[in-house]
Amino acid sequence: MASRPRTLYEKIWDAHVVETRDDGTALLYIDRHLVHEVTSPQAFEALRAAGRTVRRPDLTLAVPDHNLPTTARRAPDGSQLPIDDPESAAQLAALEANAPAFGIRYIGATDREQGIVHVVGPEQGFSLPGATIVCGDSHTAAHGGIGALAFGIGTSEVEHVLATQTLLLRKSRTMEIRVEGELGPGVTAKDLILHIIGVVGTAGGTGHVIEYRGPVFEAMSVEGRLTVCNMSIEAGARAGLIAPDETTFAYLEGRPFAPRGAEWDRAVAWWRSLATDAGAAFDKSVVIDAARVEPTVSWGTSPEDVVPIGGSVPVPDSFADPSKQDAARRSLDYMGLRPGQPMTEIAIENVFIGSCTNSRIEDLRAAAEVLRGRRKSPQVKWAIVVPGSGLVKRQAEEEGLDRVFTDAGLEWREPGCSACLAMNPDKVPPGERCASTSNRNFVGRQGPGARTHLVSPAMAAAAAVTGKLTDVRELVS
Amino acid sequence: MEPIREVEGRAIPFGAKNVDTDVIIPAHWLKTVTREGLGRGAFETVRAQPGNVFDDPAYAGAPILIAGDNFGCGSSREHAAWALLDLGVRAVIAPSFSDIFAGNAFKNGILTVALPQEQVDRLLAVAQTDPIAIDLEHQVVTTPFQDRFGFDIDPFRKACLMEGLDEIGLTLARDEAIATYEDRQARDMPWLAHGTEIAA
Repeated sequence: MASRPRTLYEKIWDAHVVETRDDGTALLYIDRHLVHEVTSPQAFEALRAAGRTVRRPDLTLAVPDHNLPTTARRAPDGSQLPIDDPESAAQLAALEANAPAFGIRYIGATDREQGIVHVVGPEQGFSLPGATIVCGDSHTAAHGGIGALAFGIGTSEVEHVLATQTLLLRKSRTMEIRVEGELGPGVTAKDLILHIIGVVGTAGGTGHVIEYRGPVFEAMSVEGRLTVCNMSIEAGARAGLIAPDETTFAYLEGRPFAPRGAEWDRAVAWWRSLATDAGAAFDKSVVIDAARVEPTVSWGTSPEDVVPIGGSVPVPDSFADPSKQDAARRSLDYMGLRPGQPMTEIAIENVFIGSCTNSRIEDLRAAAEVLRGRRKSPQVKWAIVVPGSGLVKRQAEEEGLDRVFTDAGLEWREPGCSACLAMNPDKVPPGERCASTSNRNFVGRQGPGARTHLVSPAMAAAAAVTGKLTDVRELVS
Repeated sequence: MEPIREVEGRAIPFGAKNVDTDVIIPAHWLKTVTREGLGRGAFETVRAQPGNVFDDPAYAGAPILIAGDNFGCGSSREHAAWALLDLGVRAVIAPSFSDIFAGNAFKNGILTVALPQEQVDRLLAVAQTDPIAIDLEHQVVTTPFQDRFGFDIDPFRKACLMEGLDEIGLTLARDEAIATYEDRQARDMPWLAHGTEIAA
């Protein structure tokens, strides 16, 4: 019997329905649950209070990332250094106690594999194509880059998944973002997703799961795909997906928690069957011409506030929507920018290369390529490189990238979320500007009063060299 | 979860669009292991401005917040819902909400009411001087001036809110169905059933 053509999302959804209720909601089985220290303490506490247990500790992996300082974690004698901030220390201590108490595999602050959950999941082969993956963090969307249905959840849902390994959900609408053509030289996955968010808007994907399609994504590395899917939430979509293919399988094979032997072969056969069927319908479709994507930077306080690096700060009155005009005025006031100012004239004092969006080996290579043999501008006061995991860090050191960064005057740090959201000591000072490879330019995101310009790793490196926002194509041919 | 049938009182006429959860509760307030006390950090950057609505005594303890499109976008932090609860907010009215925030609000007994922009504009005007009432059972928002705006809500969410139901308890009662699914997955997709136990 021929079945109706289905999208990648529908196939993963259908494979995980435990039962459907009369009102159309479904109890969906969750295959992988990543837990970090910030959004889990209240969930564990509630489980304890209700006398409940974790249904599938073996499908759960805990890693601290948000709070950890990115300075040395071990004393010279090898012992774990305490965290100065008592609240951060208490959150870390809670996870260190909760994971073993509930039987959950824990990667600790000083373990070599520690890192940002969204870097660790794929890197360990814990995140797999066709799996349902959740975490109490909106950037869980990243794991869609390997073809998983992955989305962020709140702490009550963390508790629900811990207790039942399921979530009660209503099926999302589907949105296709098809990118036609090829990206130009010097234009990266980050530039593309910033451009896409500019087109779709921060609420454009609300209620939808995005599937990114077209030759650009087929040619893209897994690292690039993780970057793109990571920022789906910035377009309002809870999840973003890219169909798993040979690139995905080659990335995953042999990773610690990836299937092996005959199971690997069975898994790959299933993964191959997941791609959206010819003729499957999407509720919404957006087509982007890759040739029109330039290195892209943000000017405002919302990820949709983007322009090509060759552009200028927009004039608020130029927006059709009066509320957008107001928002733009407030953004420019906060950002200390004037309408019409060329983006390349904006001086920056800080550079942050890291975050779950851009801290994988390929990101660090791209930044190092620009910095090799150069020095950061004296105007740049603070520039840090924060690898996404201990394994990324070690790989980068084997390739000598750490020396490229430190020779250029940048600091080489320990893995964590760091200045993306400034929960740890890594903050951008009030009123100062940062060229940042992170995902959000919200008011106060990188510290109270901090001004964020979202960029790719290569663009962040270029800004470090010149002390202002710069078209990286002028530095690297 | 405390049952909720109607919410009535002053409404904070905030009105801003695209209010992200970093605005509702900045990240440095997330370093807590409890759900309580987050009202102090709620809308911290907005409250740093003199004359802001949140510190206007007319809205002290107001149970309703009125905002613009795409309320609660950004981070998944449930602390945003806890901070609103701690402020005394039991309902938010806006033209639209981010998916994750709407779920977090619901799970904490906060009613999210989506209304067309022109009705939200009308309520923002009324809220300057007068109270607003939300009747969940009849799914209607009213003002002392004959305004009567109906709204939609997921029937399951409505029932949970009105009864104060424990969703985890409801799902745990489906244990047999979950176990059946797990058996099937272990047979058909064993690589998914293995998780962290595969590693030597």
